Amino acid sequence: MATEVVNKNPAFVFQKKRRDKNLFAKKIMGSLTLAVLLLAPVIVVVLLIRAWPILTSKPIVELIFSKAWHPMKEAFGFYPFIIGTLWVTGLAMIIAIPPSLFTAIFLAEYAPTMARSLVKSFIDILAGIPSVVFGIWGVIVIVPFVRDYLAPILDRWLGFLPLFQNNNPTGYGLLAGGLVLAVMVFPIIISLADEVITAVPRGLREASLTLGATRWQMIRSVVFRYGRSGVIAAIMLGFSRAFGETMAVMMVIGNVPLIPRSIFDPAYPLTALIANNYGEMMSIPLYDSALMVGALILLVIVLIFNLISRIALVQMIRRD
Amino acid sequence: MKIKPKAEESFFRILCFTSTAFVLGILGVILATVVWRGLPALNFAMLTQIPKGGYYLGQEGGILNAIVGSLYLAGGATLMAFVVGLPIAIYLQLYQPKTRLAELVRLVLDVLWGVPSIVYGAFGFIILLWLGVRASLLGGIIALAFLELPIMVRGMDEAISLVPPALKETSFALGATKFETAFKVLVRQTFPGILTAVLLAFGRGIGDAAAVLFTAGYTDRLPSSLFRPVASLPLAVFFQLNTPYPAVQDRAYAAALVLTLIILIISLISRRLTGRLSSQIVR
Amino acid sequence: MYIPQMQIQDLNVWYNGEQALKNISANIPPCEITAVIGPSGCGKTTLLRCLNRLLEEGEGIQISGRVWLDGIDIYDRSVDVTEIRTRVGMLAPKPYPLPMSIYENVAYGRRIHGLNKVLNKGNGRNLDHYVERFLKAAGLWEEVKDRLWSPASRLSTGQQQRLCLARALAVEPEVLLCDEPTSALDPISAQGIEEQLKSLKQKTSIVLVTHLLRQACRLADHVIFLWMGELVEAGPACEVLNDPKDYRTRAYLAGDIG
Repeated sequence: MATEVVNKNPAFVFQKKRRDKNLFAKKIMGSLTLAVLLLAPVIVVVLLIRAWPILTSKPIVELIFSKAWHPMKEAFGFYPFIIGTLWVTGLAMIIAIPPSLFTAIFLAEYAPTMARSLVKSFIDILAGIPSVVFGIWGVIVIVPFVRDYLAPILDRWLGFLPLFQNNNPTGYGLLAGGLVLAVMVFPIIISLADEVITAVPRGLREASLTLGATRWQMIRSVVFRYGRSGVIAAIMLGFSRAFGETMAVMMVIGNVPLIPRSIFDPAYPLTALIANNYGEMMSIPLYDSALMVGALILLVIVLIFNLISRIALVQMIRRD
Repeated sequence: MKIKPKAEESFFRILCFTSTAFVLGILGVILATVVWRGLPALNFAMLTQIPKGGYYLGQEGGILNAIVGSLYLAGGATLMAFVVGLPIAIYLQLYQPKTRLAELVRLVLDVLWGVPSIVYGAFGFIILLWLGVRASLLGGIIALAFLELPIMVRGMDEAISLVPPALKETSFALGATKFETAFKVLVRQTFPGILTAVLLAFGRGIGDAAAVLFTAGYTDRLPSSLFRPVASLPLAVFFQLNTPYPAVQDRAYAAALVLTLIILIISLISRRLTGRLSSQIVR
Repeated sequence: MYIPQMQIQDLNVWYNGEQALKNISANIPPCEITAVIGPSGCGKTTLLRCLNRLLEEGEGIQISGRVWLDGIDIYDRSVDVTEIRTRVGMLAPKPYPLPMSIYENVAYGRRIHGLNKVLNKGNGRNLDHYVERFLKAAGLWEEVKDRLWSPASRLSTGQQQRLCLARALAVEPEVLLCDEPTSALDPISAQGIEEQLKSLKQKTSIVLVTHLLRQACRLADHVIFLWMGELVEAGPACEVLNDPKDYRTRAYLAGDIG
């Protein structure tokens, strides 16, 4: 039984305006939120459209596995760049994982509260540093370090392995890139691994400690087992970050499109390829499509990695 | 040989501590490097003049073009991302708090957070081509806005999630609509958190090079129009670092220092705003 | 006999499938204090929040039944819920001042409903007058009249609760729902609130949820006793509290349960 009101009553009009405003706002906000869901597919589609000409004119196998990169002759083999990206990212992860995990364990298990907050804020600062600043640091500090110390020393001691042979006197190469990328990836792995480790329920921890285990024994048996998937997710996100990094690695890696044999060789990651050549890509046929293929490869791999890791993290944190 | 638990414990404890010290030490080295090279290059002329004679070769002038350009770029992008992002965060928190849709949107946003900025640059570039717009201030703003959106929304989402539900109920009990509750109560209550999210997004936007590379171009002039190329601090570093002219290199170092200082100031302000320390920056 | 201010008819509530209220039917008499008592978890707060439709803001809630306010079913689809909430106000257990000044807190309800400008409830008097009037009604005016524009969060807990009372009264509701309004307060502030409620009942019907039997004895004119989601007994306070008919009521009052 509704109340009957005269339409022109100012009170009624006022209330109706309120209701309409509320409804209108809800619709706008809702549409924007739904639009977010479309964003990733839209980016993929847009890149795909631009990349289409070359995807239809060259077989995918050739694009991925050919080593010939001569845009003027319409030869677009991405192999050296894919390999270069994998090498430098892999190297960066190998360098980054141990310090990151140990630091995360320190933060989660050993640090007193004040130290923990202080260190976390420094890690956040490290995370906020722009990639060009990492690049400049790489050029000023890391490249000479590799050139003058690491390369000669490792070449002398481990040079019997092709991996450690130094044929590159400049210092600009995979190792420099790997070191810079590793530092950029520290904050992600540290803060996520810390979150994962802290999420391990107190009861489990205490059960182990009350049985007389040392802290480290408890960490090894309880935390690692419980938090394993979360830590792997953190590492995957770090990998994804390194995979997509452009500026910093571009400034120290040498940008030579050859397949590297040793960690001192220069390489040419996919991101650097796109960034270095965007200026010319419109003037050579199919060049821009080819670079968009590169961007597409980056995007798809990062999306897959991120999706898997994020879902794993959500499930892990939800378990409690 | 069985390792004694106590020895093992000490070893790993020291290892973890050393590892942390190492990471912090690297941060120190990075900051020291930037200051060491950048401080000598920093003077009044550097900050208040644009490069004379072109930014590649000109031996005189400074980086004002990049400073102002970056502020316009990041400022415009942050504004755009805010206008789009605040409604989304409010919608997620107020209208769909624990639904699957909200979880899905949050997941998508977190995934988008990790998309490389060069992909946003390429995407923005294609859009600009279709619109017939050249590399310009507007192009850079759009690309950066996409980049900043996930950070902005997730930050505000978390800020609003800290509001006790009873406060929202209080507003409802007085007969307020959700819209009124959102903008008269929630936003006021979470203002520091929202401001922090905005600052964080701004910091990310101002430091990015790969997204503006394609979309904003570069110039040695001050920004004059939305439709002309604009300089930015990250690209100022990148383009001017590898030249044989020390004066041009100096501009790169100065730009790096100014950029780093901006980021540090933002970190400081956002820490004071939230009061407690949370790693909102890293996801 | 009286014409009830509110009538509850066959009210059922489920939380995610579990039934919290079973077939509640009751009357709320006008201009009296009705106390809703019972052991914890019996559904007192749930019942209260059905009366201003606040319950449905949560998730997984199902409600069936009718609630009449002055002859209108508040659950009818055509009814505007924000309007109902100006006629049925609420006081929560813990005070939650809105993030504004004291003045703006009290004025909030009147402002969003346009009560002073549009609905002619203003009678030409401005907002200041109303803020003063309701702060006096809540017993807070003397303490805050010099700092109306300072943030409400600076008040003590007792003062904040009185502010919330003023805020709820400012829209001039016919019914005031009080959910354990003194549970977060020290004894002196609690007594202050109780005094205010007693003087308010002349113009406003009050429904008071409390787990303090002594409070119910002090304040109630009418009592509703709930047990495990069911309405066991209801009636005038002197009857229910002094001479309960149901064994469960007797057990609760004697302190054997709850």
